[in-house]
Amino acid sequence: MKKATLLTTIALTITIAGCREDETVIPTEYETISGLASPGTGIAGLYLINEGNMGSNKCTIDWLDFENGVYARNFYAERNPEVVKELGDVGNDIALYGSKLYAVINCSHKVEVMDAHSGKRIGQVDIPNCRYIRFHRGKAYVSSYVGPVLVDPNAPKGAIYQIDTLSLSITGQVTVGYQPEEMEIAGDSLYVANSGGYRAPDYDNTLSVVDLNELRQVRQIPVGINLHRVRRDAEGKLWVSSRGNHISEPSRLMVLEKNVRTGDMEVTDTISVACSNMAIYGDRLYAISASQDEAGNNGTNVSYAVIDTKTRTLIADNFITDGTERRIAVPYGIAVHPATGDIYLTDAKNYVSSGTLYCFTPEGNMRWSVRTGDIPSAICFLPTGSQQ
Amino acid sequence: MCQTKQTRLAAAAIFIAVVLGVQGAEKEKSDTTLSLGEVTVTAVRPQTEVIPAQKLSGKDLERLNSNSVADALRYFSGVQVKDYGGVGGIKTVNIRSMGTNHTGVVYDGIELGNAQNGQIDLGQFSLDNVEAISLYNGQKSDILQPARDFGSAGSIYIRTKTPRFNNGETFHARAGVRFGSFDLLNPSALLELRLSDHVNASLSAEWINSSGKYKFRYRRVNPAGELAYDTTAVRQNGDINATRIECNLNGTLEAGEWHLKVYNYNSERGVPGAIVNNVWRRGERIWDNNSFAQGSYTSTFGNFTTLNNLKYSFYRTHYVNNDDKQIKVDNLYRQRELYFSTANELMVRRWWRLSASYDFMWNTLDADMYGFARPDRTTNLISLATALNFARVKAQGSILGTFIHDRLRGQQAPPDRHVFTPAVYASFQPARSRDFLLRAFFKKSFRMPTFNDLYYADMGNSKLNPEKVTQYNFGAIYTHTSSTSFIAEGRLSADAYYNRVSDKIVAYPKGQQFRWTMLNLGLVDIRGVDVSGLVTVRPARELFLTLRAQYTFQRAIDVTNPADNYYRDQIPYIPRHSGSAVVNATWRQWNLNYSFIYVGERYNQQENIRYNYTQPWYTSDISVSRDINIGKVGLRVLLEVNNLLSQDYDVILNYPMPKRNWRTTITVNI
Repeated sequence: MKKATLLTTIALTITIAGCREDETVIPTEYETISGLASPGTGIAGLYLINEGNMGSNKCTIDWLDFENGVYARNFYAERNPEVVKELGDVGNDIALYGSKLYAVINCSHKVEVMDAHSGKRIGQVDIPNCRYIRFHRGKAYVSSYVGPVLVDPNAPKGAIYQIDTLSLSITGQVTVGYQPEEMEIAGDSLYVANSGGYRAPDYDNTLSVVDLNELRQVRQIPVGINLHRVRRDAEGKLWVSSRGNHISEPSRLMVLEKNVRTGDMEVTDTISVACSNMAIYGDRLYAISASQDEAGNNGTNVSYAVIDTKTRTLIADNFITDGTERRIAVPYGIAVHPATGDIYLTDAKNYVSSGTLYCFTPEGNMRWSVRTGDIPSAICFLPTGSQQ
Repeated sequence: MCQTKQTRLAAAAIFIAVVLGVQGAEKEKSDTTLSLGEVTVTAVRPQTEVIPAQKLSGKDLERLNSNSVADALRYFSGVQVKDYGGVGGIKTVNIRSMGTNHTGVVYDGIELGNAQNGQIDLGQFSLDNVEAISLYNGQKSDILQPARDFGSAGSIYIRTKTPRFNNGETFHARAGVRFGSFDLLNPSALLELRLSDHVNASLSAEWINSSGKYKFRYRRVNPAGELAYDTTAVRQNGDINATRIECNLNGTLEAGEWHLKVYNYNSERGVPGAIVNNVWRRGERIWDNNSFAQGSYTSTFGNFTTLNNLKYSFYRTHYVNNDDKQIKVDNLYRQRELYFSTANELMVRRWWRLSASYDFMWNTLDADMYGFARPDRTTNLISLATALNFARVKAQGSILGTFIHDRLRGQQAPPDRHVFTPAVYASFQPARSRDFLLRAFFKKSFRMPTFNDLYYADMGNSKLNPEKVTQYNFGAIYTHTSSTSFIAEGRLSADAYYNRVSDKIVAYPKGQQFRWTMLNLGLVDIRGVDVSGLVTVRPARELFLTLRAQYTFQRAIDVTNPADNYYRDQIPYIPRHSGSAVVNATWRQWNLNYSFIYVGERYNQQENIRYNYTQPWYTSDISVSRDINIGKVGLRVLLEVNNLLSQDYDVILNYPMPKRNWRTTITVNI
């Protein structure tokens, strides 16, 4: 009798809770967003990369279609179901060049190359611990935390890998500083922000200058500790962010200009605005920052600064004007629509749950928001005209 | 009894020189040993637990296809085992969704500590020398125990084999070897000596070696049901090479007993790591060298009983990351613990007892890392408890005071903390028959933030408060025993509970460069039901059939903040439904065991969305054993097949578990 009861219990358990089914590749989720459709701007849509927490293999790409006003979450896996273990672990950068879309997948040690429109996989380039990607004259340049093991195997310098965008093969490599992050191209020079993040507290403090014709590091310019982002404004000045050391040195922004006499870039200004990410649009530089207050309190220090790149002055403390910032936990990624000037801002929340993508008017009013994957970070815009 | 078997022993237990070595010495001694009455080392006091434990012991434990204590705990209700796969993979236990750090693990009477991360890897404890494993929800409801034992939200007691000699016996020896999948080779030996009428000794040693290599498979289909990909690979860097040596001295006194133990576990392991796109092998390795020495003394003087424990432990962990693609890490951690406890009980009346315990504990952690604070912690614990035992009602109440003082090198230490936690246990027998009992408990407990939570370079937060748990439990148990009827034994118990975890310590992003910090940010509401039952039937004279089953329902939801995406979602890795069933058949010298484990659907992150969904898994394990007696030598051969249906599953996301695997064990007993 009791035996029967127990067997029934077990049988019930399985019926209620269900059995295993075939594991499916997770399909794309589509969501129509009112107010999103804005055809005719010359921009077909945007790609957003969601990093996914380390070890979770949950890096995803979302596609936002401006023509139809549709947001497609987790765009890659459904289009490339044959790729074993999907897109990968911790996406760090995404960019378009020509007809191809490039996603830099940090902990999968690869650059994934897709068709810019269909999202179909074209191939991959294996690069260890890769971070960011930039393009110049048919070549892609990818920063990597670990270059070839040279003198001290415990503190390898980083490298920039050169990839031919047609053959998708590595065509060259140049050693730079420690743990290089973002790069920017000016003329035939590549400027590389070295962080030295693996060497804390002995961070790197230089910006490497690489001659792209010879693929050779020509100089290292001391700028500030733990460098991260580097962007060029309309006047050709470089804006470089320093993350500080998280203890005594705060995060700030440095400006580099070309010395007319020597022709070399040098630091001409330091702006005490914390910056974990930035976007430049015209003369406006949007700098966002989120950092835990070092005393360990529950509050997060968040800022949404606007800087005039001509005058190098802070013109607004907060580009959000409608109070939406109260809903944002960790501002993480930022980009500006090339045609409309709308600001796209992501919230990474607690890093282990879905984030949010917000769209603001240039005046700082929220147009709409949408749920993303985990840790939404880099964004790139796809022009309408780039269709083959 | 043993001398004549020398040759057979040598033939059977070939590989352990230790056994044979001591065996020689034994021969001389046994000639002079007098045969005296049986020496059993059991508690002198009557059994006084208000709510008994879930327990697996002796033959039941041997028959389950289990490698380690963690594997065996899967058969208890209310328990979830986090298993990273393989022989060397880390296995931790979460009782009733309250979190691993709330689980106290007591090894032969003294709690195992890990002040560094608060977690005990139960995969390190092999079942080779284990006599019994008991699980108590809340505390063991016995008032004569160390103050520390009143502190955990759930407790696991591991008891190793204690020598028991029959008339004329002077020693026992056992040697065994286990081999099987993953290139496993696991020889072990146990030697028990009767040194005098009142003193015995045991030596247990074991060596585990495994490549940790196993095939796993990832297969996906697209929504139309067509194959998307199907790949099989071999798990890499999951190797283990470990030794365990344990020596015990046990003695009985006129009205008490004493125990001494020295323990060492030494291992080198690969850390297999997560399987993600383009990464199938990692370079992390861990060397553990854990040693402790402990002693206990208990004695009864009239109405007064005292139990005293002393322990010193030293854990050394060396962690290396050799991956060329990642940051190189090479860290050495050293943990020390000094522990002393005195527990004293006074029987005021036959039905009323009082106890007071005082524990002192000193922990320190040292690491060769930049900016490491080298914390050391002094903990004083005082408990007061009382127990009432009437014919139909048993009740216990206890209060524990914990006083903590931390010191740091070169940094301001956080202020001292003290926490008081009460517990009440009661059971009631409603009818005249003792077969049916009602039971209930209420308990408050907490866990201190670990050294990692507080002081880990960059990430720790020294302002953390203790994480608190409140538990309410109500249940009933029905027991039936009969030596004559068809049903030889039957037991059914059910408990419903409500737990609340507040000030839960969670990792929270700092916003920059993937920097995390620890915050008291979490409130979890847990409601559950545990049901377990056992029935033994005897359909024929020499045939015994035992069925053991348990089922757990848990609704453990995050109620921290209504603004979170995951508000009121089930917390990660807690299935709503889980259970197990074991069928055992014994016929003469044969034993057949079938066990089935079911873990329902879960989510691998806080948000209960499709992307975080993890499928149920269920495995069938089967084993057959045969006992062969050749004179006084007992031989047992055991053949096990695990994951019989070769299910491809992950317990933890991206940590694939082995497909079908097998193991053979041969044991010789003298």
